[in-house]
Amino acid sequence: MNKVIFFDSTLRDGSHAVRHQIELESIKDYCELIDNAGLHTVIVGHGNGLGASSLQVGLSAHTDEEMLKIARKSLQKTKLGVFMLPGFGTIKDDLEPAIKIGVDLVCVGTHCTEADVSRQYIEYVSESGLDVYGVLMMYHRASKEKLLEEAQKMQDYGAMGVILMDSAGASTPQMVSAAIKYLADNLKVAVGFHAHNNLSMAVSNSLLAIENGATIIDATIKGFGAGAGNCQLEALVALLEKCGKPSGVNLYNVLDVGDKVVSKIMTKPPEVSSLSIISGMAGVFSGFSNHVIAAAERFDVDARDIFIELGKLKVVGGQEDSIVRVAMKLVARKRSDEVSYQIESLS
Amino acid sequence: MISQKIKVGIIGTGNIGTDLLYKIQRSELLECSLFAGRDAESQGIKRAEKMGVHTSHQSIDAIKNEPTICDIVFDATSAKAHIQNAKILKELGKFTIDLTPSRIGKMCIPVINVSEALDLDNVNMVTCGGQASVPIAKAIMDCNPETEYIEVVASISSKSAGPGTRLNIDEYTQTTKDAIKVFSGVPSAKAIIILNPAEPPILMNNTIYAKMKEPNLEKIKARVLEIEAEIKQYVPGYKIALGPIYENGRLVVMIEVTGRGDYLPSYSGNLDIITCAAVKVAEEYAKKILKNHE
Repeated sequence: MNKVIFFDSTLRDGSHAVRHQIELESIKDYCELIDNAGLHTVIVGHGNGLGASSLQVGLSAHTDEEMLKIARKSLQKTKLGVFMLPGFGTIKDDLEPAIKIGVDLVCVGTHCTEADVSRQYIEYVSESGLDVYGVLMMYHRASKEKLLEEAQKMQDYGAMGVILMDSAGASTPQMVSAAIKYLADNLKVAVGFHAHNNLSMAVSNSLLAIENGATIIDATIKGFGAGAGNCQLEALVALLEKCGKPSGVNLYNVLDVGDKVVSKIMTKPPEVSSLSIISGMAGVFSGFSNHVIAAAERFDVDARDIFIELGKLKVVGGQEDSIVRVAMKLVARKRSDEVSYQIESLS
Repeated sequence: MISQKIKVGIIGTGNIGTDLLYKIQRSELLECSLFAGRDAESQGIKRAEKMGVHTSHQSIDAIKNEPTICDIVFDATSAKAHIQNAKILKELGKFTIDLTPSRIGKMCIPVINVSEALDLDNVNMVTCGGQASVPIAKAIMDCNPETEYIEVVASISSKSAGPGTRLNIDEYTQTTKDAIKVFSGVPSAKAIIILNPAEPPILMNNTIYAKMKEPNLEKIKARVLEIEAEIKQYVPGYKIALGPIYENGRLVVMIEVTGRGDYLPSYSGNLDIITCAAVKVAEEYAKKILKNHE
């Protein structure tokens, strides 16, 4: 088995769970304490990456620049990474400034069938001499053949690896094994996996990914992340140890970071809530949860129905604006004669 | 009596170039005398040949070699290619309408500044998201000038985003954002673009958010409806789909654009809005020339 490296997305995916309100002091404490743990990269920033602080997804408490500067000072042994989605950030306003601050590694993410929009960014980062990885999100929406085709594009643009994101936590064990094995067998570069825990499978699916050839695991401390959260990094480290495949990560160190820092950032522990299960089943990105709950309350409709409808629409990450529309449609269905009243009462 | 049509050339035979061709075929003021790309076997070229339009696979060189072939040139190639093309077309003295996000010429949103555009030699059509949402952003600023931040989100179907658009995603995002600031005067802005691969494809949707405390809702609503009617005159499928509503400290307006289904099916409103806007500029320019000839 090849050595597995860990990308730690706690401060990035966890950002979704606290509506992008992580304090700079927490970022500093986190980075200082985790720097010796033996992780490859710590990814910092808004849940949707560089330039994503927005009314659409949620405004950050602090700018990308503030977050990255404080993390940069606190990380010596571990690489500082950022996430970026084409269509949110731009080279001039976001990527170039991040590189100036001293970011070491960039993950460029696209929906699993849209890898060609990553080209400008992967090439730019690669030419800048930084590490660059491609990320295919919502991987459950594409066949393994299609995933390979898209991953190969990222490989050709210069990505050092391609990470599949189970953004909706919609994976069955068979789906993970098949997709990861197919990519690992056919790509020249590394393959990675990023799990969500909607169906309580994040740790086991990550282990399965490793057994099928993944050499990058993107996980979070205490599973802190959008919706039901992610693969709990400490649990996977312990599990690998028991399986006789030591990860090289200092278990006590990551446990300490969880207890001393992450528990303070979290407003509540990630939970496989009823709504997470529904979003996993519907195959809709877990990061939508807070917005769905807000819309359900606002329009007095069942949040589960919103998720199911969003699943039918096959919405992708970043389409949070569709939540209000779906909620309003459900209202219309419920009380068709009172729609005009509802809309007018909003204005 | 106007019976003569002004000759136009199109370079770039992808989604945008081909959709433009269909729209020009219907124009009473314009006729396409050249449809040029790089690939003689491209789908666009084959369609144009079937329509009886003169084609070339020499791209910009077709105009260089025969400058009298047209008076107006639409560039639907890529932001990178337009840097070269713009220089050549300027030397040749062609009125150039640029549909790439290159930003070489002054940005034009017909409902806002078409008359100004006619005096220039190179006009940039911003982006499809910009054409759809900038007029609404400006309307909001006209009614609530204290607004500090406007954000627009354009969701388009994957099928309608061709390779050119995808390769220019960075310029697309940056140009849309800059256009909101330039035209509306809002101090801070953001543009987001989402490609959605759902089947059947989604209609082009644009959401405009404005962060404000006390929206002048009645005034904004009236102004937005006026703008909708004005844009409908050159983009028939342009429609306010929701709002303006005010929730969570933000004003929300949603725009849907249904295409005419010329080249790609009607979900591709993002093609229509930019090609219709470009044709509008060309027709206004043609009227000006024809008037001078009278």
